[in-house]
Amino acid sequence: MTHKTKLLTSTVLAMGLAGSAMAQDVPAGASDDVLKIGLVYTLSGPPAALGEQARDGFMLFAEKIGEIGGMETEIIVVDDEGRPDLAADKARELVQRDEVDFVVGPIFSNILMAIHQPVTSTGTVLISTNAGTSTLAGEGCTPNFFVTSYQNDQIHEVMGAYAENQGYQNVFLMTPNYQAGKDSQAGFKHSYTGGTAGEIYTELGQLDFSSELAQIAAFQPDAVFTFMPGGMGVNLVKQYSQAGLTSIPFLSAFTVDETTLPATQDAALGLLGGANWAPDMENEANETFVTEYIAKYEHVPGTYAMQAYDAAQLIDSAVRKVGGDLTDRAALMAAIKEADFDSPRGDFSFGPNNFPIQDFYLVEAVKREDGYFGTSIVEKIFDDYADNYADQCEM
Amino acid sequence: MMNLFVLQLLNGVQLGVLLFLIAAGLTLVFGIMDVINLAHGVLYMVGAYLIATFAAATGNFWWGLLLMLPAAVLVGMVLEFVVMRRLYARSHLDQVLATFGLVMIASEAVKMIWGTSPLSVPMPEILSGAVPLMGPLKYPVYRIAVIVAGLAVAVGLFVLVNYTRVGMLLRAGATNRSTVSALGVDINRLFSVVFTLGAVLACLAGALVAPILSVDTGMGESVLILTFVVVVIGGIGSIKGAFLGALLVAIVDTVGGVFGPIWLRQILDPAAAGQVGRVLGPMLVYILMAVILFAKPAGLFGRRA
Repeated sequence: MTHKTKLLTSTVLAMGLAGSAMAQDVPAGASDDVLKIGLVYTLSGPPAALGEQARDGFMLFAEKIGEIGGMETEIIVVDDEGRPDLAADKARELVQRDEVDFVVGPIFSNILMAIHQPVTSTGTVLISTNAGTSTLAGEGCTPNFFVTSYQNDQIHEVMGAYAENQGYQNVFLMTPNYQAGKDSQAGFKHSYTGGTAGEIYTELGQLDFSSELAQIAAFQPDAVFTFMPGGMGVNLVKQYSQAGLTSIPFLSAFTVDETTLPATQDAALGLLGGANWAPDMENEANETFVTEYIAKYEHVPGTYAMQAYDAAQLIDSAVRKVGGDLTDRAALMAAIKEADFDSPRGDFSFGPNNFPIQDFYLVEAVKREDGYFGTSIVEKIFDDYADNYADQCEM
Repeated sequence: MMNLFVLQLLNGVQLGVLLFLIAAGLTLVFGIMDVINLAHGVLYMVGAYLIATFAAATGNFWWGLLLMLPAAVLVGMVLEFVVMRRLYARSHLDQVLATFGLVMIASEAVKMIWGTSPLSVPMPEILSGAVPLMGPLKYPVYRIAVIVAGLAVAVGLFVLVNYTRVGMLLRAGATNRSTVSALGVDINRLFSVVFTLGAVLACLAGALVAPILSVDTGMGESVLILTFVVVVIGGIGSIKGAFLGALLVAIVDTVGGVFGPIWLRQILDPAAAGQVGRVLGPMLVYILMAVILFAKPAGLFGRRA
């Protein structure tokens, strides 16, 4: 055999072996007696606050219980730096070198799209605690991919439904000019049938909104709907209140939450948002979660923390159900799908596409009794709400 | 539509006075010292970080502003002594390379000292809120304060340049540097004063804008290009030109940036109109610059070399 033929043969063999491994769907790390979990979050740069909340939420449960699912637990935290290419490499390292049993994360949809294939193709279970892209909820669904947050469109639909219920006729829509911004306006209009006073797309990363606020002041719409995550939202909220526009209802998605409130403080009071939970929900699981989280990290948890906390609870419940035997994949998937844990948000179950079926609420920014700023439930908008892509999913 | 126009005019004036504060230093440094300083935007950023630090330390915006000024003087003097002084006799290419290097060093240094997360500066209590303008329209008090402060500085500069000895040397230096030097004026000291003055003005602009915007490392680059346009339109070395140029550029940019998309929306879908309209404002600025340079090749108040 020549050198080249050897090379080719070994490549083919390696691919064949890899293929057969895939067919069995049992990742290499499943048979040892250590439960290994990899967390992939954005922990540097401007959006680091979101990733830190998620990591802290997961670690809160993990450190409390010590051994997740009754097994010796090892948790590896990696920072994707907000870069999809880097995230894909790190996810591959987690799966192939560290042989983790579960990958949990990320925050952003573009990162999720980058790590989804490298993780799920090896049979490893991927649990997204925030991003919920439509493609993975519909045609791209896989049995070993679960979501503990929501499908991305749903929060925007909540705000649209609220505007519809209020009988608004002329709403001013403003989102950044990129895919998620366009999806946001589409999601809002999915459940809102009234007219619009303007549909504005701002530059991604824009920080001075004086021109847009001038238009809002001049048009005097019934309400403003916006989706401005991170620093954009902090600036918008501060300038909105400085401009004296707070008499116009401010409906938002991912703009007013526990990660931005420490920066906006009083400027955000009374602004509305959509969410699947708020820290003041009254149930036992939530009171435990919020009290322990504040005691440990000295700030109020947001949905990012709650959804990651639930991912930790989910893994714990499933591993206990199968008695620590991770080699029987079908049993493990079934155990995860049962979602047998008490979520701080109350009702929680998985739909046919492994995305949650849950309630959605209108929330408002308030100053809490303990002096912190947080969101608070105003009213329930959707009950046991499933996403619009579930029927396109075939597993 | 009229309401929107009035509001945008005010926003334009507010952006204009900020651009003027930055451009005034740039035009003096270029006009008198013949130095192209790409790092001028860095000073704007440093001003914002300084006030963020001092305001956080003292818990008060006014103390922050007060402490920022001497710190800005220090930054300007150190920069002049360590870097700029070595560049006066060099070619423009060397100056561009050196000051561009300075931009990169400064942004990395800022990241190392203050981190990558944007900082925010609390707005002074007395200037928060909004005043009624006409009908339902309101305008933020702080932005009005920025306009007033900018105009006050403009008046002060006007007096300084036209009625004082330093101002006379500045004007003389901008017209003919070698004659001033031949008359026995310590040109190095003059340069040091000019550069420091420019640095303080840029830092002040950064400090004034800090409570409106979040303070981050990219903020310097975003204004620098507009500032260069202002300097070119106004005429290099002319404070009066910088003032008029700054107002012109800012108003065209803000008014064009809003009315462009509104008009375009009648023929395009909203996302495309937003995209195209957003470039319309900046595009008008460059068209304005081309027209002015066509009519007056040395800028509005520039002298022919």
